[in-house]
Amino acid sequence: MHIYRSERIWMAFGIGMLAVFLAVITTAAIVDGFVPPSRVQSIDPAKVSETPPFDHPGLRKIAEGEYEAYYVGQIFSWNPSHIDVPAGAHVTFYVTSIDVEHGFSVPETGINTMVTPGWVSSVAYTFKTPGKYLLICNEYCGAGHQVMAASIEVK
Amino acid sequence: MATQSTPGGIPQTIELSRAQGDLLVLTHIYTATAALIVGALFGLLQGFSRANFIVMPPWFDYYRMLTAHGVLMALVFTTFFITGLMTFSTYRTIPRVRSVRLGWSGYTVMLVGTLMAAIEILAGNASVLYTFYAPLKASPFFYLGAALLIVGTWLVGLDILLNVVWFKRQNPGTKIPLPAHGSVFTFVMWFIATLGVVAEVLILLPWSLGITKGVDVELTRMLFWYFGHPLVYFWIMGAYLIWYNVVPTAYGGRVFSDSLTRLAFLILLLLSTPVGLHHQFLDPGVSAGWKWLHTVLTYGVAIPSFMTMFALFASFELAARRAGKRGFIETVRWLPWGDPVFSGAALGMILFIGGGFGGLINASYSMDILVHNTMWIVGHFHITVGGPVALTFIGAAYKLVPTLTGRRLFAPKFALVQTYLWFIGMVLMSLSMHWAGILGSPRRTSDVTYFGAAGAETWHGQMVAASIGGTILFISVVMFAIVAVGTYLANERTSEREEFAFAETEDQAMPTPLVLDMVGRWGAVAIALAVIAYAGPIYEQLSVPHYLAPGMRTW
Repeated sequence: MHIYRSERIWMAFGIGMLAVFLAVITTAAIVDGFVPPSRVQSIDPAKVSETPPFDHPGLRKIAEGEYEAYYVGQIFSWNPSHIDVPAGAHVTFYVTSIDVEHGFSVPETGINTMVTPGWVSSVAYTFKTPGKYLLICNEYCGAGHQVMAASIEVK
Repeated sequence: MATQSTPGGIPQTIELSRAQGDLLVLTHIYTATAALIVGALFGLLQGFSRANFIVMPPWFDYYRMLTAHGVLMALVFTTFFITGLMTFSTYRTIPRVRSVRLGWSGYTVMLVGTLMAAIEILAGNASVLYTFYAPLKASPFFYLGAALLIVGTWLVGLDILLNVVWFKRQNPGTKIPLPAHGSVFTFVMWFIATLGVVAEVLILLPWSLGITKGVDVELTRMLFWYFGHPLVYFWIMGAYLIWYNVVPTAYGGRVFSDSLTRLAFLILLLLSTPVGLHHQFLDPGVSAGWKWLHTVLTYGVAIPSFMTMFALFASFELAARRAGKRGFIETVRWLPWGDPVFSGAALGMILFIGGGFGGLINASYSMDILVHNTMWIVGHFHITVGGPVALTFIGAAYKLVPTLTGRRLFAPKFALVQTYLWFIGMVLMSLSMHWAGILGSPRRTSDVTYFGAAGAETWHGQMVAASIGGTILFISVVMFAIVAVGTYLANERTSEREEFAFAETEDQAMPTPLVLDMVGRWGAVAIALAVIAYAGPIYEQLSVPHYLAPGMRTW
């Protein structure tokens, strides 16, 4: 099979570019821990309200500047509907759903994960800038999907 | 003239066989056109809803319309066009006295499935969007309809495969005609990929009927995306088939390389399926290592697209040189921009440069967190399936319909303007969507004002711009409909029936390695790759306690 020299150069360029992209995201994953939220932990969706810590959703302080937030999604609301977070806090969110698929998203932050009945999702973020943040559902969940929102205030 | 009996005992000739095949193909293409027109109307209303110009009434709410738009465009329009196109490229390059019974059976099953699902969607019993994520519980007829649409495509694919097998038996040691090669490799990929969605439907159907009590949500998502990404490549392979084999005839060019075209389709067969997890980067229940593996394989499936880009531009340049043109500007100006068959495909290629690189961003593992489920993704698939794929199919229809009917194309200048309007509308709409997505605007949401929450208002301007782009696109679709219907009604017969021919290849004399034609063996390799890519994540899910969700109708 004959391949022209010009095409060899082009393909070397294309594959080389892919290799660079891959090296960048792999380095970021290993060195800086930039990996997509990928928790593998199951939970019985029928027993969420009696399974700690989801029996008491909300924000917990773990250590100085270190917090955990437990959320339960159900049509068409997030529980808790509001939390106050001190500026600079590093918050690890744990989220599950008791009914259908939801999407846990705070626009313009790195907080974005699918929420699946039967599984616990986890995503972490450091809130540096004070202000009011909008927490939405970004996966279609039914007729009231557009009103499924909550707020996070960073003080 | 060869005359022989078909299994049904009907004596036929090659000419009669061809006419019967043409009618079958034409029916597929007009069915696709009908889906496109209805789907575009819903698209227009979609744009107006998102720009807060209108609010859909409760008896035909936003999500019902969104489901109809997605299913009609992504599943019905594309699939019917591709089944028609690939039947055409197989029948026309393998002249044979054949029965079209299997082909018509496929079409009929596809149509019955489509109508069944469409009725349930329009009746509001299946507002689950085209991804129908469980445990949103749709009517059983919706799932059955979806399954029939797929089973129908299997019959069409089987017909294509049997014709290629017949050709190989008749002509041992001869390479498969290039357009038929592309078709059969596409359908082998499709057979493997659609097993995922059919398995999913086999889980959802008894659950929807109340026979089983719940579904494993992550498993059904994985089965869906095992199918969902190759679906994208099914569309792209349809567009590539036209770019390689049909578009060069518009400028008197040839296919750049026979072997490399076959190699591109071969890589697409191998790597289209084991990449689906890049749609599930943000899913729980799948660990990060498997997602990384699918990132690498997704990058791999970009390689045939790089090859294709080179081959297309090389074909332009070689033809231009033969016409005495030199250099980039002379070559570009020499190309037949006034021919809608060329302009549709070429404008689609330009859009695909943006769409392809956007796809690489989406596939880039942790970067997905910035764009997942935002309007960026909507912008991305409109500039891919709504750009290179749809615009190429429309351009090709301007060639195929006159070929298949013997009628002159109605208002060709109108058709030409239509392709440019589509391009302008798509650029405006898609870029606005990408931009809104970067700002965090969610997709699939009827109203994103969130009671005036801070931040949400920054998404409005882009949605107004997108609705203007959508309006231009809708006008373009109406123009396409006028040309399609007009060609039929005007019934202006061409005096000499225009003879259709696929492009010849530049390196006709160069031997093509026959290994590139071994569709069965490469199919087995593709299955092995899919098993390798999915065995790990599925085992991982099954190895922890997993629970079924009962699901419900939430609309």
